[in-house]
Amino acid sequence: MDLYRELLLDHYKNPRNFGKLKTGKGTAFESNPSCGDKIGVAIKVNKKGEIGKISFWGEGCVVSMAAASMLTEEVMKRKKLENIKKINEETVLEMLGGKKNVPPARFRCALLGFNTLRSALMTGLVLVKEHPH
Amino acid sequence: MVRENKKYFPIFETQQDLVYLDSAASALRPKAVIDKEKEYYEEYPVNIHRGVYRLAERAGEEYEFARKKLAEFIKAKIPEEIVWTRNATEAINLAAGTWGEKYVKNGDEIALTIMEHHANLVPWQQLAIRKGAKLKYLDINEEGKPEMNQKNWNKWISKKTKIAAITQASNVLGTINDVKAMIQLIKQINPRVKVLVDGAQAVPRMKVDVDDMGADFYAATGHKMYGPNGVGWLWARKELLEEMPPYQTGGGMIEEVKKYQTIFAGLPDKFEAGTVNIPGVLGLGAAVKFLNGLGMTNIRKHEIEINRYALKRLKEIRGLKVLGSGEPEERTGIYSFWVDGVHPHDLAQILSGENIAVRAGHHCAQPLHDRLGLVATTRASIGVYTSRADVDKLINGIDKAIKLLRG
Repeated sequence: MDLYRELLLDHYKNPRNFGKLKTGKGTAFESNPSCGDKIGVAIKVNKKGEIGKISFWGEGCVVSMAAASMLTEEVMKRKKLENIKKINEETVLEMLGGKKNVPPARFRCALLGFNTLRSALMTGLVLVKEHPH
Repeated sequence: MVRENKKYFPIFETQQDLVYLDSAASALRPKAVIDKEKEYYEEYPVNIHRGVYRLAERAGEEYEFARKKLAEFIKAKIPEEIVWTRNATEAINLAAGTWGEKYVKNGDEIALTIMEHHANLVPWQQLAIRKGAKLKYLDINEEGKPEMNQKNWNKWISKKTKIAAITQASNVLGTINDVKAMIQLIKQINPRVKVLVDGAQAVPRMKVDVDDMGADFYAATGHKMYGPNGVGWLWARKELLEEMPPYQTGGGMIEEVKKYQTIFAGLPDKFEAGTVNIPGVLGLGAAVKFLNGLGMTNIRKHEIEINRYALKRLKEIRGLKVLGSGEPEERTGIYSFWVDGVHPHDLAQILSGENIAVRAGHHCAQPLHDRLGLVATTRASIGVYTSRADVDKLINGIDKAIKLLRG
């Protein structure tokens, strides 16, 4: 297990798409009360109905911050909603090196950004409630 | 002495490089405790109470012997003043759910300190909600000690106060409360107030004399005092236990049952409904024997020695702040701290990579963390097996995490 490898530390120290994007809809903010990590996600849908911009902000541990940062890159890579909808918990854990790399106690950290993204997509009315749990 | 203490704990045979600094959550278990539980299962694994055959008699004798040993250990007047529970949480729920349920009324007040563990907070909070009673919290000062200012105390304890629930040793701050002085002050303001002391962290670390401190209730748990999981205890003065209604009803706690009414048993059976955790109680008895063998004075002396060293080493780390008193003699070996630029969960995880066990989070004391303006801290807590070398490894691990995450 090597959770704190270069890639994660890089995302933690230099988070991508970091900041507060101003959007009307498509913003969500969630937290883990047990560790105090908080993440906001904002998305902007363009005319083609694709995600044109995404940003995240907040504070937390390496796992929650790096996972959120990587997730925003993944979203921009996929762009199309139908592809973004396919992102699930497994995808996020894979980005972090797979389940063997993330101890179960840290799943909540790893998934905070993902859960916030889903809320943002929902408030942005681009995702109908259909959690693929 | 300390190096020798590790030898009592079988885990160090298989995990020689383990640095265990989570004793405030659960202490490691000495062989004597494990052997005692094994002895029960191998030699007399039967139920107690009215067993006329030899094995049942043996089990019953061992069970009551453990109660007697614990009573002597905490200076209870009689063994019947001890009620076995599942843990400290259940012990406090028992007090709140029976004594509290009977005596706390609408408009009454319940006094707590802001440093209470959730176990000594939520049961009282929920009782207050059920009864329409008011909760009052005593604040702490800069050193993490209870505010002792007379004016605050007169606001904290009033004529309406029915019960005060205070911890003897904070599970976060390392603060040792002078509960004897606190109880005296409480009863000076209102002699009718009953006081429950949460001793979960104090019992494994210092000499406890429930009678001398003037408490009415005292709650603790087995697994923090080197005993088994699943067993805890409530001590209460006999008069109180006698006037309290039973907590749970059923088998084992009755004198006589008719179709439409029941006469309850006397102490201590009245509060021990159903088949109890017999091996747990026996193991706890063995833990008491273990603690007596080391000697509580020696245990405390060792703790102060490690405090002196650990506080000095921790202070050397830039951007690290330990909560609570900086005086080794004034505190327990429970060090909660935060490190600038290093999230507690990351720190705990990186330390885990070095086989160093610490805890990260709010340690079941969220109102305290709110009061301190912190969401989470990292907590290293020592036990009788902790050595200076363990502290050195902790310091090296923190240095490593800082190098990795800062900048």
